[in-house]
Amino acid sequence: MLTIRDLHSGYGRIEALHGVDLDIEAGEIVTLIGANGAGKTTLLMTICGKPRATEGAIRFEGADITRLPTFQIVRRGIAHSPEGRRIFSRMTVLENLQMGAVVADPRHFPADLERVLALFPRLEERLNQRGGTLSGGEQQMLAIGRALMSRPRLLLLDEPSLGLAPLVVGQIFKIVREINREQQVTVFLVEQNAFHALKLAHRAYVMVNGRITLRGTGAELLANPAVRAAYLEGGHTPAAETGP
Amino acid sequence: MLKDALAAAVVAALLALPLLGFRLADSQQGLSLDYRFAWVGYAAAAVFIGRLGMAFAAAAFSRVFQRKRQTLLPLAGRPSRNRKIVGWLLVAAALLLPLAPFADRNLIDKATLLLIYVMLGWGLNIVVGLAGLLDLGYVAFYAVGAYSYALLSQTFGLSFWLCLPFAGALAACFGILLGFPVLRLRGDYLAIVTLGFGEIVRVVLLNWESLTNGPNGISGIQRPSFFGLPFLAAAPGRTTFHEFFGLPFSPGQRIIFLYYVILVLALATNLFTLRIRRLPIGRAWEALREDETACRSLGINPTRTKLSAFALGAMFAGFAGSFFATRQGFISPESFTFIESAIILAIVVLGGMGSQIGIVLAAILLVGLPEWFRDLQQYRMLAFGGAMVLIMLWRPRGLLASREPTIRLAADALEAAPQTAGEAAR
Repeated sequence: MLTIRDLHSGYGRIEALHGVDLDIEAGEIVTLIGANGAGKTTLLMTICGKPRATEGAIRFEGADITRLPTFQIVRRGIAHSPEGRRIFSRMTVLENLQMGAVVADPRHFPADLERVLALFPRLEERLNQRGGTLSGGEQQMLAIGRALMSRPRLLLLDEPSLGLAPLVVGQIFKIVREINREQQVTVFLVEQNAFHALKLAHRAYVMVNGRITLRGTGAELLANPAVRAAYLEGGHTPAAETGP
Repeated sequence: MLKDALAAAVVAALLALPLLGFRLADSQQGLSLDYRFAWVGYAAAAVFIGRLGMAFAAAAFSRVFQRKRQTLLPLAGRPSRNRKIVGWLLVAAALLLPLAPFADRNLIDKATLLLIYVMLGWGLNIVVGLAGLLDLGYVAFYAVGAYSYALLSQTFGLSFWLCLPFAGALAACFGILLGFPVLRLRGDYLAIVTLGFGEIVRVVLLNWESLTNGPNGISGIQRPSFFGLPFLAAAPGRTTFHEFFGLPFSPGQRIIFLYYVILVLALATNLFTLRIRRLPIGRAWEALREDETACRSLGINPTRTKLSAFALGAMFAGFAGSFFATRQGFISPESFTFIESAIILAIVVLGGMGSQIGIVLAAILLVGLPEWFRDLQQYRMLAFGGAMVLIMLWRPRGLLASREPTIRLAADALEAAPQTAGEAAR
């Protein structure tokens, strides 16, 4: 579904990705784990066209999307729930969801809204409330719900667990699994919370300093001693040192 | 509290020393200096007492205000019904104003001027309040509209109503012209470029003498007619307004007609904004103001969204400019200086960035009051500045700061939520 070959990207003269190869098949949950500054978010953002790739190619469902502007990439069926959630805090929950549906056919809106509210019943109670007054977990639900309103075939999630209580993280990951299973949405999940992410994912990649260093099924990587040492048992301390 | 008041008094004394302490006086030997240090003392004492009083008042009121704020915040747009009633009352008052017994020519004239600024405020609100693009050169589009009408009517003899759409379209083109180079800019940088754009337009009007007659301006601009009936005492070969309706001629008829024209134009601007906020493009403006990156990742084309905001905002300034030209009968670059942009922007900001009624209130405060306070003479601008400072102290986010949601579900209608929302979304 998504094929990335020898991708280089970065900000100005600083290159953050040095030749990334990655594949996502339809129906999968693929996760990318790595330390702070490894280039995970840059990879997601490069898929979305900003920053633009300096070298390499990104193909989505067979079509080259490397040079497309962001809004056209999104219109092809990729939804991006960005890092830090970025919901519209002055707008109400319902308006936020409407914003997510701008690229979708307006006739689908009632059904899509029902589907998203069924996934996140908490949002239904808060439809008229301003986005900025939601709790962190609810904001994350809103960010994912908003992304789903465009009826994506591929959902890119950037650190949905960031700053959330462990209990809420568990809820969110459960919902991600539901989205994947019941709605047939392929998920590409970027996470620092390696344990949860690897348990959820069918396949996983490990990124260090802008390169993919390990790949395998989620279970394989969970059992891998190097991964355990770097990302699981020692917490994040040893991993943080590998960042630039 | 005492310390704060003392500090304020010291600052006031330092400021007052050069301003009030010395005075040039005419005497037999020419100019001499008078010393008025007592005045400096009065100023410092007044500030000290005032500041102390403010602190006491703030302490007394703070509890009341805090409670109010807490109830207002979580639920979106609670004052909605009140605002609607106030809005309709204002419209009714504006419609009936010329019939009121106290409405003389002078009052209607000032109300017309006020409505021009209300319309400009509503137009700029599209750019600044909704799309969040800080525009300090809005008067440029106002000027484009005014000159378009003046030149079209003088060169081709076209009527006001024919020129109006042309003037709006031309101003919208200028809006796009400004929009293109500033697509990537935000905030302070955008403000600087738009400020420059406003000045460029004015300087071009000033120097392109063959077209605009330079600093002398254009005079004798055609006045609007009532469906072809001119407002004149007598027009050879044509029926005038008063002849057609069998009324005695009065110059006040034109004033009242102009008042209704700008009222209709302003209300059209308002209606347009209220409608477009519910459409995807209007929502996209508001979302763009909050977070451009998020907008991109939702599939919004930021280029088109920004340019449409610039173009539509400029279009309404163009309409207002045409009206200004036909009302004055004379325009020159002097009417389109930076201070006009600043006043319009102040109206939008004081009104609460995006609030339609807030803009009306702010326009009354900023344009209406100085006009009515002309009796204060040289202290007029002092009162103006003081009023602005007071508003910003009292309502730091504008008169009506809370944003009205464009769509709302009643709590008991949650069962039917998806259907209702879907209809509203269409």
